[in-house]
Amino acid sequence: MVGNKAISTDLLQDWYYHMLLIRRFEEAINEKFLAGDIPGFVHLYIGEEATGVGVCSALNRTDYITSTHRGHGHTLAKGAEAKRCMAELYGRKTGYCKGKGGSMHIADFGIGMLGANGVVGGGFNLAVGAALAVQLRKGSEVAVCFFGDGASNRGTFHEGLNMAAVWKLPVVFVCENNQWASTTPIHEATAVTDICVRASSYAMPSAMVDGNDVFAVYEAAVEAVERARRGEGPTLVECKTYRIKGHFVGDPEQYRTREEVMSQMESNDPIKKFLERVLPEKLLTEEQLQAIEQRVAEEIEEAIRFAEESPYPDPEEAFDDLYVEEEASHA
Amino acid sequence: MRNISFSQATLEAMQEEMRRDERVFIMGEDIASQGGIFGQFKGLPKEFGLERVRDTPISETALVGAGIGAALAGAVPVVDMHFADFIGVTMDEVLNQMAKIRYMFGGQATLPLVLRAPDGVTRSAAAQHSQSLEAWFLHIPGLKVVIPSNPADAKGLLKAAIRDQNPVIYFEHKDLFSKKGPVPDGDYLTPIGKAAVVREGKDVTIVSYSAMLGKCLEAADQLGSLHGIEAEVIDLRTIVPMDMETIYESVKKTHRLVVAHEAVKTGGVGGEIAASVSENILEYLDAPIIRVGAAFTPIPFSPPLEKRVIPQVESIVEAVLRARW
Repeated sequence: MVGNKAISTDLLQDWYYHMLLIRRFEEAINEKFLAGDIPGFVHLYIGEEATGVGVCSALNRTDYITSTHRGHGHTLAKGAEAKRCMAELYGRKTGYCKGKGGSMHIADFGIGMLGANGVVGGGFNLAVGAALAVQLRKGSEVAVCFFGDGASNRGTFHEGLNMAAVWKLPVVFVCENNQWASTTPIHEATAVTDICVRASSYAMPSAMVDGNDVFAVYEAAVEAVERARRGEGPTLVECKTYRIKGHFVGDPEQYRTREEVMSQMESNDPIKKFLERVLPEKLLTEEQLQAIEQRVAEEIEEAIRFAEESPYPDPEEAFDDLYVEEEASHA
Repeated sequence: MRNISFSQATLEAMQEEMRRDERVFIMGEDIASQGGIFGQFKGLPKEFGLERVRDTPISETALVGAGIGAALAGAVPVVDMHFADFIGVTMDEVLNQMAKIRYMFGGQATLPLVLRAPDGVTRSAAAQHSQSLEAWFLHIPGLKVVIPSNPADAKGLLKAAIRDQNPVIYFEHKDLFSKKGPVPDGDYLTPIGKAAVVREGKDVTIVSYSAMLGKCLEAADQLGSLHGIEAEVIDLRTIVPMDMETIYESVKKTHRLVVAHEAVKTGGVGGEIAASVSENILEYLDAPIIRVGAAFTPIPFSPPLEKRVIPQVESIVEAVLRARW
């Protein structure tokens, strides 16, 4: 149950599927990155799966999301294919961005995923603008902006939330408060403990939930999304979560103790929490869960195979996609 | 042909494009209720309503960022920067979002967005309201940059910018808004990426744009009457993509080149043109290329100081004489 509504078996299975898909995808990336198969920088979403999945399951395919540098989870949760995500991270031609974006710039405009963003706090105003376009055309779509506690200290947060509130735009601002802004703990960099209190500066409704409880995230997201669709304006939803992995793969994590991380993994793992609820409450059967685990394992295996077998882009493709119509001279 | 002001020409461009395409809207500070500081938006709210002609909070970052987001979601935004100087406030949106979104997402996105940026020196607006910043954007792949010098091109380039599927920065010199000139009747576009030879000559090529073009034409008159020099004057009109072919063709004929702009000379558009000409057609040159641009100072307030640091007609005349050794 969430609120007074029962959650359908289909939705429960979808949550488990997507949370597990993200977890296994990120574990595979971690391994492949350390093996030297994936170039660049990668930021993993492990431990935060319930947030992206709970929110995106409250959205339609045509709704928009903007993401962060930690964007694989949002992309998969919104419905992107694991194999094309994987190929992008590998820098291959078959990736969503044909190898031009990589981990930090993964996007799938076909499902309203308007891009991961290498600039922390870069997504606020893009989401505000997408919502403005919807309002102007009297559409029914909603835009969701995912951001971290660190990004809430950017000026873009202030400008975007104020503009969204004053124009009553259909946006939901979802703060993934994972306690760490890169290597800085929230209490050292942020004057408030709860980001959601900042909503009052914009006369904006807010909610604070356990971001590792997919039921709670979904409930808050549905309420915020429905409010936005009704034309009643934006909501700030703060999801308390925890970044299990370092800021990036390879981060020596000298800024926190191993005990802190272990204790979070033990007691605050969103997938574990989900299983600890659905099994005793008999919401899903062991067979149903196993079928999903099997499907996810196959999909990840296929994604890696697809990525590794895909060709790199031809070097000359570096000059494509800069402008629509005529390409810029690169002589 | 009618004789109308630069400001009126941009207004007509907005009216025509907003009538033609209901996805087009404009937002900025003080544009709807005030009509713009140069009157360039007067009457738009009455015809198109306050949704499509939108006053915004003083939030330049949100203004440009939301323009980008709206373009990604199917709208055709025109964003007014109030003063080009304020692009500095929102530079991340321009540099890291607007210029890169299409490319870094592998061509998935189109970004039909126009940033209107009133620039240049006028009426002692001083250091933070007088700059000419076009060279910054020449250095950032992914943007187009246009910069009209007269009412006809002001209209034609603005219409072309709105219809372009790429992000376009439209610089409009504040001192030009009240200047009148002939403007064709009916619907026309000035092509982006095409320079115009506005005065033919055989002795020297002067490349310029925006308000400085008027000074170059005056200089060309003086050079003809006082020195017997026939200067060819090219109005660049677009900074990105730059029409080097028109410049090469002219330099091959005149063998001498002066580039003049109001922007700071150091690191300016003139340097880029000079380098390209040297790299590609050096053998045609009979003299060093001379750049004319503002002094390496912020724009000062007091009128004699302001006049001192930006190029005047005599600066261009002197440059041409230096290029004739």
